[in-house]
Amino acid sequence: MASTILEMRDITKTFPGVKALSNVNLSVEEGEIHAIVGENGAGKSTLMKVLSGVYPSGTYDGQIIFRGQECHFKGIHDSEHIGIVIIHQELALVPMLSIAENIFLGNEHATYGVIDWDANETRTAALLKKVGLKEDPKTLITNIGVGKQQLVEIAKALSKEVKLLILDEPTASLSEKDSQALLDLLLEFKRQGMTSILISHKLNEVNRVADKVTVIRDGRTIETLPRKDISEDRIITSMVGRSLDDRYPPREPQIGEVIFEVKDWSVYHPIHAERQVIKNVSLNVRKGEVVGIAGLMGAGRTEFAMSLFGRSYGRHITGEVLHRGKPVDLSTVSRAVANGIAYVTEDRKTYGLNLIDHIKHNVTLANLGGVSSRGVIDDMREMSVANDYRKKTNIRASSVYQLTGNLSGGNQQKVVLSKWLFADPELLILDEPTRGIDVGAKYEIYTIIARLAAEGKAIIVISSEMPELLGITDRIYVMNEGRIVGEMAASDASQEKIMRAIVRGEGKKAS
Amino acid sequence: MSTESAPAPQSGVAEDVKQGPRVAVSALTTNLREYGLIIALIVIMLFFQYTTSGTLFKPVNLSNLVQQNSFIIVMALGMLLVIVAGYIDLSVGSVAGFIGALAAMMMVIWPLGIFSNPLVVSIVCLIVGALIGAAQGYWIAYHRIPSFIVTLAGMLIFRGICQALLGGGSSVGPLPDSFKALSSGFIPDVIGPLTLIPPTVNAAGKTIVGSGLTLHMTTIVLGLIAVLAYAYFGFRTRRKRERHGYEAEPFPLFVIKTLVGSALALFLVFQFASYRGLPVVLLVMGVLISLFVFVTKRMTIGRRIYAMGGNAKAAQLSGINTERLTLLVFINMGVLSALGGLIIAARLGQAVPAAGLGSELDVIAAVFIGGASAMGGVGQVIGAVVGGFIMGVMNNGMSIMGVNVDWQQVVKGLVLLGAVIFDVYNKNKA
Repeated sequence: MASTILEMRDITKTFPGVKALSNVNLSVEEGEIHAIVGENGAGKSTLMKVLSGVYPSGTYDGQIIFRGQECHFKGIHDSEHIGIVIIHQELALVPMLSIAENIFLGNEHATYGVIDWDANETRTAALLKKVGLKEDPKTLITNIGVGKQQLVEIAKALSKEVKLLILDEPTASLSEKDSQALLDLLLEFKRQGMTSILISHKLNEVNRVADKVTVIRDGRTIETLPRKDISEDRIITSMVGRSLDDRYPPREPQIGEVIFEVKDWSVYHPIHAERQVIKNVSLNVRKGEVVGIAGLMGAGRTEFAMSLFGRSYGRHITGEVLHRGKPVDLSTVSRAVANGIAYVTEDRKTYGLNLIDHIKHNVTLANLGGVSSRGVIDDMREMSVANDYRKKTNIRASSVYQLTGNLSGGNQQKVVLSKWLFADPELLILDEPTRGIDVGAKYEIYTIIARLAAEGKAIIVISSEMPELLGITDRIYVMNEGRIVGEMAASDASQEKIMRAIVRGEGKKAS
Repeated sequence: MSTESAPAPQSGVAEDVKQGPRVAVSALTTNLREYGLIIALIVIMLFFQYTTSGTLFKPVNLSNLVQQNSFIIVMALGMLLVIVAGYIDLSVGSVAGFIGALAAMMMVIWPLGIFSNPLVVSIVCLIVGALIGAAQGYWIAYHRIPSFIVTLAGMLIFRGICQALLGGGSSVGPLPDSFKALSSGFIPDVIGPLTLIPPTVNAAGKTIVGSGLTLHMTTIVLGLIAVLAYAYFGFRTRRKRERHGYEAEPFPLFVIKTLVGSALALFLVFQFASYRGLPVVLLVMGVLISLFVFVTKRMTIGRRIYAMGGNAKAAQLSGINTERLTLLVFINMGVLSALGGLIIAARLGQAVPAAGLGSELDVIAAVFIGGASAMGGVGQVIGAVVGGFIMGVMNNGMSIMGVNVDWQQVVKGLVLLGAVIFDVYNKNKA
């Protein structure tokens, strides 16, 4: 039996209002691939941030013991120094620098500040060989694909003499082929004696490479399964741990006539003009219906929604949108809004909120006409609108004069929702409406969605969380590589069916 | 992680009136921050009043102060919108210089017949200013060229055209008196003067200049109307808010605020009235300031500019036409730069190649001293105006004190730096 390289004992981490981790225990043995699985928001990333020092020692309770020594990291630098390297889901490479420059960024081979490029490039070449990447070290990061960028990140980790490599959802944005290559690489590292922690949603990957699996749910460790006990069923039972019914508010759908219909929607990439991002997508949504769009990251769902909403994404957009059977012009955001469409972004901080302004001003921004006459804002009317929506969506804040930048993720999401509800759309497109918010707030968002549907609004929910789609929608479209590859009633959909549709879609493309 | 932090109580207007002392304290601190700048201006004025042995507040000096700084404040109104929208405009000084030269050429040199009438010329100049703003704004709004670069180019271009127009280094003038009135004129006393203390007559039978006390009654009446309107509208807004249950500012604070503000205004009105009355340019400025306060605080277009500066992408996805809004902001800046140029020319009585040279920096400094954020999305009209006056009072006061021009620049630089550091410090603390 190998020795224990890492032990995390009774890790508890609280954020104001939320207990993100409570008494989490994790024990990793030298030379194994240890998978950590759990739903989004279960606390996996928080745990890894504790381990890597993103949350410094003292901001959490519990002990971290690495190679027999108790560690108190003050920052990422400390953890990297002793050989714990984490590769985040969002890659941290500088696009306009070369592979070699990125790998040795901040750690260059230099004498008195003068960089020895030959040494850097030779070492880079050696590292690239290790990770199986055939690229010139001088190639700019921006010119290689995401899969290769992932490998560069790993090479960068290797350059730091890593003893414990942590990969946070490494295959989330990779194609099947790149994912396989990456997993093979992990197995190769294992043969060489390296220890890795793999955080993943994809149970087939976990099944393939992991020696042990630790399941985390609601900020607690549920169990650690040895290799022989690993099976998807076992993991799923452990991950979910409760019936789906409790997580979603009950509703009785009252579905009416088709309100919006999209026909043959095609969009090309805004920069790479030859790349078709959305390929002949057709779909419809009915009054009072909640329609889901499932798919992996990069399937083109956000691009589809944004191109629909005032052509906010892409170019050479072709296709038709029918509103109650009549074609409508959605060529600008204000026209889309005027025609009854609202799009709630997946990235509320970048696209949804003015973080330096308060709730009141954010709520009315998309419909200033509703609180003004002849261009003059009625302060009182705005105030009552803001307070009204604050109550309706249960935004927790001291007053509507609180800056949205100071709100928690869930409350920010409610502000963005309020903004679009006040614009009074017929069709509400919600892009990852519960990303990065805690379980309690999720339930509140689901309740709002259910209420809106009951009021007769048509709703499209884009989500990467399949249980969520299964729990709150009436009908699901499956999207992959810019195409609709499946459509099913939520009542007879399942995670496997959706996955199968995605895989089948890829198979079709290959043949 | 800031996003996870609990809803920290914001020191804004709390909605619950019944929270008692906590609300009073929070209202006080908010107002202190809001009025901190005005208090700073008053402190600076009192300081110079003392160091110049009372010269600063002399009626004649107050008139000078206004006339010397009005163009900075007029241009600062436009610059505030530019900076709040998330841009910068370095060309305003050159545009002002160019417009001054254009106005002088039209009125003095070119044979334009009746079109050389000052009023016609002024209107044409304002239109040209709008076109310049549009030309620069077009590249910034529709081609996403950084405003710093576009307006840096504009700064070079229009200074060059200004000098070329004036034929090298010469100045063009004198400008007609009716035009000069824009800067150095006073409003006519339609009511008639009121002599409270007859001027002293010397042995030779001549009156001694500056002795006695005669009041410019039109100024007094206008001042009284303005103060009453200020108090009335303040009270009405308060009543309206109270009816809706949103008022948090305690009544005594409101009364003190209104009384102090009114007293200050009346003091200044009295000083102006005891000289030659209200300078025309002060009236122009007053109207513009009110207009811009209204636009930024109450109008949807103002709100949209703040939203665009705060988060352009979010604003765009909320249906705001950010390109057109950017263009409008620069057109507005162009018009105000042109007005600034006319005011400078009218004050000098001629167009000179160096008119407005370097004034873009004073204008930008005024806006930043006034609390605007270089990142966009934050800033108040009143702040920019007070910032402009702080710069102006320092210029004026130090000149009277005989401080060397070189050192005046050092002091102004330090004040700018200090004001911004104070803002950033405050923000981090909050």
